[in-house]
Amino acid sequence: MPKVTFPHVGEAHRALKMLMTDLGNEVIMPPRPSKRTLDLGVKHAPEFACFPVKILLGTYLETCPQGVELIITSGGVGPCRAGHYAQLHKKILRSLGYPVDIIVFEPPRLYPLDLLHNVRRVNPGRLSYRSIYECVRRAWRKLQALDNLEKLSHRVRPRELNRGAATRAYRKGVEWIDRAYTLKEIIDAEAAALEAMEKVPQDPQREILKVGIVGEIYVLLEPASNLEMEETLGNLGVEVERSMFLTGWTRDNTWAETVENMTVRDAALPYLPELLGGHGRDSIGNTILYAKRGFDGVIQLAPFTCIPEIVARTILPRVAKDYNIPVLTFFLDEQTGKAGMATRLEAFVDLLRYRKRQQKSPKLVVNI
Amino acid sequence: MAVVRVGIPSTLLYYLYFPMWETFFQNLGAEVVTSGKTNKKALDYGVKEALADACVPIKLYFGHVLNLTEKGVDYLFVPRVVCLNHETTYCPKFLGLPDMIRYVLKDIPPLIDVRMDVREGTGALFRAYYETGKTLGARWQTVICAYGRAIYAWRRFFSLLQAGWQPPEAMEILRNKTRPRFPRKNTDLTFAILGYPYIIYDQFISVGLLNKLYKMGIKPVTAENLPWRALVKQRDVLDKRLFWTFSDLAYKATQLVLKRGGVDGIIHLTAFGCGPDAMLDKYMEMLVRERSSIPFMSLTIDEHSGEAGMTTRLEAFADMVRRKKGAVSCA
Repeated sequence: MPKVTFPHVGEAHRALKMLMTDLGNEVIMPPRPSKRTLDLGVKHAPEFACFPVKILLGTYLETCPQGVELIITSGGVGPCRAGHYAQLHKKILRSLGYPVDIIVFEPPRLYPLDLLHNVRRVNPGRLSYRSIYECVRRAWRKLQALDNLEKLSHRVRPRELNRGAATRAYRKGVEWIDRAYTLKEIIDAEAAALEAMEKVPQDPQREILKVGIVGEIYVLLEPASNLEMEETLGNLGVEVERSMFLTGWTRDNTWAETVENMTVRDAALPYLPELLGGHGRDSIGNTILYAKRGFDGVIQLAPFTCIPEIVARTILPRVAKDYNIPVLTFFLDEQTGKAGMATRLEAFVDLLRYRKRQQKSPKLVVNI
Repeated sequence: MAVVRVGIPSTLLYYLYFPMWETFFQNLGAEVVTSGKTNKKALDYGVKEALADACVPIKLYFGHVLNLTEKGVDYLFVPRVVCLNHETTYCPKFLGLPDMIRYVLKDIPPLIDVRMDVREGTGALFRAYYETGKTLGARWQTVICAYGRAIYAWRRFFSLLQAGWQPPEAMEILRNKTRPRFPRKNTDLTFAILGYPYIIYDQFISVGLLNKLYKMGIKPVTAENLPWRALVKQRDVLDKRLFWTFSDLAYKATQLVLKRGGVDGIIHLTAFGCGPDAMLDKYMEMLVRERSSIPFMSLTIDEHSGEAGMTTRLEAFADMVRRKKGAVSCA
């Protein structure tokens, strides 16, 4: 059985592992990115490559000594650099003496034959296309279940009575979903996990702020790369809505654009009519949509030197002014510290809270 | 009607397309104003206005736009150049340039931000210029005529580059309508200087790199001086083509230089925080190391580049190359 591995993106590795094992591969699980992962990545990646490159390379370097033969990752068609990362990683890994191959899943809309070819390569069990479809369906359902649970945890965490209860329920739920195998089990596990999450004791009276998170996909999806920002915000009493989930992104890039994606694009059109690659335009579009939906603020996350997000960030102050919504940007890299980030987040949340109270009853706040 | 003054910032694509744009606008009856050479003021202003994480060339662009605004032009020509060769696009920052200028700088003249993308179909480039002409209120006959002359001007400019001139010199020659012989300078080494035109040819931001090399007795060769057809026909050796025009060219230039030989050293000039260069630099380094024993150095410039530091590094590199050459010939 060929040994395969893939990047660590949030909890998605659980679904991918199931899929790859079903197809007859031996999966070497990517570890959660840690200090060691980063050190390895920083050591071998180009200095100005963006943060995801370093984390991914570090992850590969942690799994490669265990005899990985195949790395499975996603591609891109530019002009964002992410489309070239698989090729860069392959070159670097080969130069370090690891005989790995990388399978890159490009958008099937543009490269349909490529997709079939890739599927054949990750299918050493020689399953029929029909059974592959079944496997993919189950993995997809699992991904959805994981995403749904995460979404709910974002809503419950700021309202929880006992600090940490939602996170504990989330961890437990993820494990349940992870253990489920058949479609029915996955659906049951999801229902049970969601119910357990709802049962976390909550305070309905609490004043909750709503903050949207926009930015580059990897730093949004991988909590280890954004230093568990969502959890930090949740503990500060902020309900987070993230603009991107793996299921949504995959849908947008597989067959046709979804309606949500088109809405985002249309919203961004007056400010940025050109597709820059990456998620620069989505950041602007989502900020506008969040403002229209009455959110209290928006946080943009981007890796250091990310080109599309730099363009977006240059335009965002104007969007923030036009739509009257505060926007805070974090450029993340290997130097970002959790304490520094927490301080900035606290200040931002204080500002949002003050602003909200002032909007509700201006006089009261002025007297304080 | 008073003459319309069109401002063209002298950075980024200026170094490759200015003669074309100048001829075009002049034939439309407009006056072309440039922002002149980069100076400290432009840089300071760019650093102040542009996002801190942006690269130096983009910051400089902001500075040049300020310069033009102060000169009081009627229009700013900030085209959104997406793709000119059917294959690769420009850096995302180029693609979003008009938007960045428009939403960050206040009180600027109206922008002419036509989209140039040849992938849109036959004549897409002409349509972009036609639109530009219409913005200035020219008749269609005039626009067609101006476009033809612009193409002709660009060809002449490009043939000068191919003859070994550098863009600023070539522009000077075109302006004076002279045809001087290429000067023979006393050089004993040849270095390939690869990187982006707007860094290499900008005397201020590259801290006079090319002149310094001449003074040290080194002849610089840039991608624009290499035979063009051979350059663009280089086979892709990467698994996937680089998405960005200038990066793709720089990589192909590396391939060509290695194949043709005749250079003693390769210098990659890059800007701090340049996105595509993060990958390109690594690829170039790997390619040079794989295929030859030519010394390779990457020089990073940013807004704080000092003259002394640059000179020291160049001298050290040149000394190393000379010593290596001597050692080989003795052995």
